[in-house]
Amino acid sequence: MIDGKGIEVAIRLDDPVSLEVEFKVSDKELVALVGPSGGGKSTILRIIAGFEKPTAGRISVGAQQWYDSQQKLFVQPRHRRVGMVFQSYALFPHLSALENVLEAISERPKVDRVELANGYLERVNLKGLGKRRPDQMSGGQRQRVAVARALAREPDVLLLDEPFSAVDKVTRIRLQRELVDLRSDLSIPIILVTHDIEEAARLADRIAVLHEGRILQMATHDKLSKSPVNTDVARLVGIRNIFSSRVAGIDNEQRSLELQWGKSLLEMPYRNGFAIGQTVTWCIPSDGIVVHRRNRPSRGEHENPVFGIVNEIFQFGQTTELTIEVDDPDAHPLHCSVPTHVAERNEISVGADIGLSLKADMIHIMGSADS
Amino acid sequence: MDWGAFNLSLQLAFYTVLLLVPIAMLTARWLATQPARRKAIIEALLTIPLILPPTVMGFFLLVSMNDTHALGKIWRSLFDESLVFSFEGLLLASILVNIPFAVQPALRAFEGIGNDMREAAATCGMSRWRTFRRIEFPLAWSGILTGGVLTFAHTLGEFGVVLMVGGNIPGETRTISIAIYDQVQSFDNASAALMAGVLLAISVLAISITFLLTRKPYIRIRA
Repeated sequence: MIDGKGIEVAIRLDDPVSLEVEFKVSDKELVALVGPSGGGKSTILRIIAGFEKPTAGRISVGAQQWYDSQQKLFVQPRHRRVGMVFQSYALFPHLSALENVLEAISERPKVDRVELANGYLERVNLKGLGKRRPDQMSGGQRQRVAVARALAREPDVLLLDEPFSAVDKVTRIRLQRELVDLRSDLSIPIILVTHDIEEAARLADRIAVLHEGRILQMATHDKLSKSPVNTDVARLVGIRNIFSSRVAGIDNEQRSLELQWGKSLLEMPYRNGFAIGQTVTWCIPSDGIVVHRRNRPSRGEHENPVFGIVNEIFQFGQTTELTIEVDDPDAHPLHCSVPTHVAERNEISVGADIGLSLKADMIHIMGSADS
Repeated sequence: MDWGAFNLSLQLAFYTVLLLVPIAMLTARWLATQPARRKAIIEALLTIPLILPPTVMGFFLLVSMNDTHALGKIWRSLFDESLVFSFEGLLLASILVNIPFAVQPALRAFEGIGNDMREAAATCGMSRWRTFRRIEFPLAWSGILTGGVLTFAHTLGEFGVVLMVGGNIPGETRTISIAIYDQVQSFDNASAALMAGVLLAISVLAISITFLLTRKPYIRIRA
């Protein structure tokens, strides 16, 4: 174990689903496992907690080994110090909030327990609600009890399995803020499972993109959205502009590279490993596209200019998403977004004639389309 | 009114519940977490007493309790008396006949407890026994109680198996339902009606108590 800290997971599961992952989460770090349903996100948490036994591999937390197939070591779930918040919260329905938390500290001296448990409830802003049973609490309060119970175990790792999926949006954002706040006191690794990339972006230090039991990429959200390794990751982080093009030119000093996109040549910073004539898949996030009015020139409009007509407009509150039918019949539609007030001020509507700039440094080649 | 038969039926029902319910509870708990196929096979076997005609069930029991067969032999060597036509034999038969009545409601109750409860208990560091005592039993108790009440009511009313295994010995194996049968046979409809009424009242009372108690889905056990 590097530094003797954090959690190190290297596991393979053959049945009932195929899963093979290897990752580390340091102390104080929050890693989000993100990906489509059935990708194995929750299974990884269940294996770490010991509810499921992998086919082979190792799990170690700090200096402790929880699982090692070679040594035939398997620590029972109740002997692993895992704090887990279940998607269903899994609160004991017949016990009060306080009693739920007390169950996690039954090893502590009896005289301290109630005070300790109340302390944990206070930490999740549930002071004075200890006597309530789960059915007398709101969804958000139940989630807080689940968090308090998980923390009361004094865990070596905190596992959060879609902990915000069962509450309304306002509560979700409040609970997420509380988690950020709680994190500052915690010195353990935290693993969050979510299907919501935006939630992962807000909360996680790093995001592991899981697809069909494999980690496709593990990086910060910024890195994922600027340089996804393949189309699956690109789609998952919400990039809709995914194309394949031929490499049309590379300048002599290897500073820039040109892509033939329809009739346009798009210039981007040089990337090693690609040759002229090769077909590559590339993407550009919607914030890599700048919108200009064709009759009102603005700064930067000469950078990879493309022209077209607005085909679709979707207004999502502060953001307006546009689909642009590019003038070039060989090019595909482009998706971009502008702040709603900008769209309104510039009278951008369906059928509007507009110009676009594809920012060179936001164009990202994911790989060869030939292979 | 044959108070002797009434008393005997109550005793039989009481001991059947006392001995069967704990066994049924543990069996149901174990069965609830077994793989689907294994569970289906064992559940089917445990349900046989429900679908087998009571006389057939009684016949098998009568034969196996006979001194010439293993069960009867063992009993004779231990207690130097016959298992057939004795209260103990009747009790054994009653327990076996009532297995589905006691196990099924308890099994449904244990199955109704989500696996996440057991997993949450494990992440709390709770031992299996503590999990059972603090979480599973309080959540499954209504099913266990229902099984007990059904067993009690069913034992009071059991006729076929009792007649086959116990015969009709007053004070020893003559239960209330056999007494009713006897009275009808001897045209004493008035006594039969009285006893049938008592039996009906007890059954209604037992079921009402169950429904009342099980309105609350769980009970609380002190730590």
